[in-house]
Amino acid sequence: MTLIARFFNSTLGKKYIMAITGFLLFGFVLVHVLGNLQIFLGADAINEYAELLKSKAALLWGARLGLLTIAMLHIVTAIQLVRRNRAARPVKYGTSKAPVAASLSSRTAAISGTILLAFIIFHLLHYTVGVINPEFLLLRDAQDRHDVFGMMVRGFSNPFVASFYLLAMVLLCLHLSHGVSSMFQSLGLKSGAYDKVIDRVAKVAAAGIFIGNCAIVIAVLAGVVK
Amino acid sequence: MALTLNSNIPSGSVGQKWGKYKQDSKLVNPANKRKYEVIVVGTGLAGAAAAATLSELGYGVKAFCYQDSPRRAHSIAAQGGINAAKNYQNDGDSVYRLFYDTIKGGDFRAREANVHRLAEVSVNIIDQCAAQGVPFAREYGGALSNRSFGGAQVSRTFYARGQTGQQLLLGAYQALCKQIAVGGVQMFPRTEMLDVVIVDGYAKGIVVRDLVTGKISSHAADAVILATGGYGNVFFLSTNAQGCNVTATHRAYKKGAAFANPCYTQIHPTCIPVSGDHQSKLTLMSESLRNDGRVWVSKKKGDDRAPAQIAEDERDYFLERKYPSYGNLAPRDIASRAAKEACDDGRGVGSTGLGVYLDFSASIGRLGEDKIRERYGNLFDMYERITGDNAYRVPMRIFPAVHYTMGGLWVDYNLMSNIPGLFVLGEANFSDHGANRLGASALMQGLADGYFVIPYTLGNFFASHPQNRPTEDHPEFKQTEDIINARVQKLLSIRGKRTVRDFHRSLGKIMWGKCGMGRNEKGLQEALQEIPALRQEFWENVNVLGEQEDFNQALEQAGRVADFLEFGELLCYDALHREESCGGHFREEYQTEDGEALRKDDKFSYVAAWEYTGVDSYPELNKESLVYEEVKMATRSYK
Amino acid sequence: MNLTLKVWRQKNATYEGKFVTYQAQDISPDMSFLEMLDVVNEELQAKGEEPIAFDHDCREGICGACSLVINGRPHGPMDACTTCQLHMRMFSNGDTITIEPWRASAFPVIKDLVTDRRAFDRIIQAGGFISVPTGAAPDANAILVPKEESDKAMDAAQCIGCGACVAACKNGSAMLFVAAKVGHLGLLPQGQPERHRRVLNMVAQMDEEGFGACTNTGSCSAACPKEISLDFIARMNRDYFKASLKEGFKKEKKAGSDGA
Ligand SMILES: Cc1cc2nc3c(=O)[nH]c(=O)nc-3n(C[C@H](O)[C@H](O)[C@H](O)COP(=O)(O)OP(=O)(O)OC[C@H]3O[C@@H](n4cnc5c(N)ncnc54)[C@H](O)[C@@H]3O)c2cc1C
Ligand code: HEM
Ligand code: HEM
Ligand code: SF4
Ligand code: F3S
Ligand code: FES
Repeated sequence: MTLIARFFNSTLGKKYIMAITGFLLFGFVLVHVLGNLQIFLGADAINEYAELLKSKAALLWGARLGLLTIAMLHIVTAIQLVRRNRAARPVKYGTSKAPVAASLSSRTAAISGTILLAFIIFHLLHYTVGVINPEFLLLRDAQDRHDVFGMMVRGFSNPFVASFYLLAMVLLCLHLSHGVSSMFQSLGLKSGAYDKVIDRVAKVAAAGIFIGNCAIVIAVLAGVVK
Repeated sequence: MALTLNSNIPSGSVGQKWGKYKQDSKLVNPANKRKYEVIVVGTGLAGAAAAATLSELGYGVKAFCYQDSPRRAHSIAAQGGINAAKNYQNDGDSVYRLFYDTIKGGDFRAREANVHRLAEVSVNIIDQCAAQGVPFAREYGGALSNRSFGGAQVSRTFYARGQTGQQLLLGAYQALCKQIAVGGVQMFPRTEMLDVVIVDGYAKGIVVRDLVTGKISSHAADAVILATGGYGNVFFLSTNAQGCNVTATHRAYKKGAAFANPCYTQIHPTCIPVSGDHQSKLTLMSESLRNDGRVWVSKKKGDDRAPAQIAEDERDYFLERKYPSYGNLAPRDIASRAAKEACDDGRGVGSTGLGVYLDFSASIGRLGEDKIRERYGNLFDMYERITGDNAYRVPMRIFPAVHYTMGGLWVDYNLMSNIPGLFVLGEANFSDHGANRLGASALMQGLADGYFVIPYTLGNFFASHPQNRPTEDHPEFKQTEDIINARVQKLLSIRGKRTVRDFHRSLGKIMWGKCGMGRNEKGLQEALQEIPALRQEFWENVNVLGEQEDFNQALEQAGRVADFLEFGELLCYDALHREESCGGHFREEYQTEDGEALRKDDKFSYVAAWEYTGVDSYPELNKESLVYEEVKMATRSYK
Repeated sequence: MNLTLKVWRQKNATYEGKFVTYQAQDISPDMSFLEMLDVVNEELQAKGEEPIAFDHDCREGICGACSLVINGRPHGPMDACTTCQLHMRMFSNGDTITIEPWRASAFPVIKDLVTDRRAFDRIIQAGGFISVPTGAAPDANAILVPKEESDKAMDAAQCIGCGACVAACKNGSAMLFVAAKVGHLGLLPQGQPERHRRVLNMVAQMDEEGFGACTNTGSCSAACPKEISLDFIARMNRDYFKASLKEGFKKEKKAGSDGA
């Protein structure tokens, strides 16, 4: 078996794919939240940032394509693994107890992931493709840049949309609180000495993403940012 | 018909015999090895080592075990360690010393030549196992660590925490697995051997029952190796696994193989006492505990105070008192008997009065609890799981239990029984331990037999006999299958009132009570009345439900107990005939004034090899006399 | 004490199984769990019912034969303890105890509580060994092994092959079992020559047997009677990664196929 085949066909290889794509997605979300937090610096800052990101079409589409590939790999591999794992344990135990010692986040990775997928689709339709609120894409600021600030403020002013975002962030946090330490284990980077540090960094990062994202939504909802 | 028991010991001085044997032995042409089929029954240390090695040599091997995996053979349970004359500690050990200690430990009832060979190959065993990746204990410098064990005065015991047997067995199992993967060994787990098949005087195969489907079938081979372990479960309660049985060796006995010294059974002093009638097995606690624990009972009879309330001067540290130089480290048989005496004297401890204290308070005081935890933590935990007591606070309660059986099928120097082509290895043969086995020597013997002896002796056998392997269609196989089928059907058709377990328990009570730690003529005579009666009742009143062609554990057990019910009688015959005390066999009539074993070398320095004459008839006694050329017989003294 | 048992009864792999309720009366707290089942079986047989089949042998926590899921947990409620060493003092009068076989498609039920765990043997056959034909070994002290490494190898080598890890894992994954053997042999100098092939072949066999993939939930280690650490799983992940890179472009070789 070649290297590639081994990575795509064996359970351990698939886990590397999960971990590497998970790590990249995590990286994206981390950068994304930092970018989004610029909303607190005012409309000018964030709109400028958004403009910058979209200034080079090739780069933008390259990044989008890359992200899409990563996400697809993550999702497809996840589906393969979940199916395999279900087949490996076809009969449930007679007691309704959760498997010993398994954390909630670890048991629900597939569910939290699926809801995240729904969120991402919604999110793209919402802010990027403009299917839900087509007018969002037409917003312009004083410098005739796309008014991302205004778009977010309008978007999250709708309590239903805001709640869905908040719910999604809870799930994201759940997904990552397992995922980030899990990916180190999957890649074999955990062993004794650094375990605790890895786990702590993972938790802090997951919490940071959660707090950052929620802060934006809540700030708009509460009228702090308008 | 008396048997001719030729031990086939090579000539020469004891130290040269094995080397000479190897030089003189005939070889099988490598290209021809493939044509030979060997059956190995048992995948313990002896069986797994033999199967793997013979397959490496090129023989076709079929291996059998009753467990679901060869890795679960009872060798897995050995805790303490394995001896080898490596002299890594530079403390004066040598092949000769190990040889001498083993002969002496066996109370001068073992064959010199075999024991010397065992001591010689002991060093290769450690090399082999270390290379296989057995994680033996090590020093900080990376060299192997040793400890002194079971009363030896040199540190020659290699160990892997408290799981030496497990690690050695896994090493052999892994070697076996490798051979299974390359197709050299065909493995039959959950398959029980129910008879050996003899064609024209040669062992040529076995009949087995597949324990999952219940199907009975035959396997033919050029030689049959039995490595089926010991028969300690004839006592019902022992430190053996539930499935350990005498079936394979007993059936071979019934087919004409001589059974040697069945009365040599070893009682281990440090086991957890029985807690009630529900008890299914006894758990051994490593003997190493005696390095730091002091054994005592109250000086007063029937003293039911808590141990803490019994003042120092009211305690009888009986091992230290009776054996000042060895103290708590006196050999197993001696320590066991001393505990029994204390209990017989009404000074036993615990609710049953069948137990003595093993007290760590002095060591904890001296070394601190942490040190003791480091040394024996897992044993203390195990003790607590089973008894609910914390041995750091209250003394452990221990009592002797049946642990090992020195007797077994008679074999010559080639490890071949008196039936040509039938080889017997490990605990199943009457072995190298004489009347008593030293601690950490059974693992050594099992691996010696499997890795380093049988590969030579089997080759020599093949090379000096014409090859003619029958097929499974041979009438002998069909006939044996029919007999086995009929027996199984009979067991299933009785549908009586008592369970198999109940019969086994009753047999155990007779055996332990009358042929256990202390034996006397009256008791043995009684046992010889009671066992046949119990056997008769078994065949009229046992209740075995279910079907033959199914997974049926009660049926498996019924077959084993049926064999124990015959074998127990043989054991008692042997114990009755041996009018002396030696090693694990203590006849109360034969003891010195201060209660020590009294050997009768002039009359009994022979191997008693029994020949089957029928279920209800007295077996015929054959004697192989033991000649000591190298070692002078002496009284074993541990004072 | 008196207990209610809900026991899985299944004639064999092809039959449907179901829970059957039994009463266990006058159980002594000093009995082991299996001795309690012995008592129930004696009573069943007296009533003419077939006894409950369950695997067991050594009854001292080392052979790895015993295997029951007790109240949803493999080997029952006590940490670092096999079913055979579990004692009834862990339960109280009036308790209801659910007893089931290991559940995993790679461990099909043979009867009642007995499963077929030969998949584990086949994984070891695929590479869980160090190839050293009998007689080919150098002097044992010619290979020095640092005590720390040796101790760590022993931690992993303690695995009793019971399968509780698979039974506990929601994915029916055999990672802990395989990782324990890969770790044991991979930590020792003796195990280095075959290190890459070993892990590749054992994982391939593990996958072929239909065990699930690990999602790092950690139940296995919690249920493991020998408390094998999850670190060994990380270690195996690392080993497999390295081995894949090293051997990645070579043709696949089955262990041992190049001579015994
Ligand atoms: C608790 C305990 C602790 C011990 N500690 C030590 C120690 O520290 N040091 C030491 O040197 N010795 C020790 N011993 C003794 C030693 O472990 C055994 O004597 C030795 O392991 C026996 O190995 P064996 O290969 O002969 O048989 P076993 O390991 O008993 O193997 C018997 C094999 O035969 C198979 N078998 C049996 N009957 C049949 C049948 N009818 N059909 C098919 N297969 C069958 C079984 O499946 C099994 O595979 C200890 C023993 C016990 C019980
Ligand atoms: C889109 C839908 C998603 C699905 C269906 C999904 C599913 C999964 C599944 C099943 C796992 C394996 C769980 C485990 O190993 O314990 C996993 C792991 C992971 N996921 Fe996701 N996920 C999704 C989205 C995301 C997103 C958006 C991120 C990042 C922001 C992410 C980050 C991770 C990480 C870091 C891991 C750990 C990898 C590992 O275990 O080695 N996932 N995901
Ligand atoms: C509350 C939290 C979030 C906010 C406020 C937010 C905000 C935004 C905004 C405003 C855009 C549009 C940028 C633009 O068009 O210039 C965007 C795009 C995007 N967001 Fe988010 N986001 C959040 C969470 C997430 C999460 C959790 C994910 C992924 C798991 C995600 C993935 C994306 C993606 C993939 C795009 C499209 C980028 C592109 O243009 O290619 N977002 N987000
Ligand atoms: S890793 Fe633990 S649970 Fe799994 S088989 Fe080994 S001992 Fe049993
Ligand atoms: S429980 Fe299963 S998910 Fe992994 S950590 Fe253990 S194998
Ligand atoms: S019966 Fe051997 S481990 Fe439980």
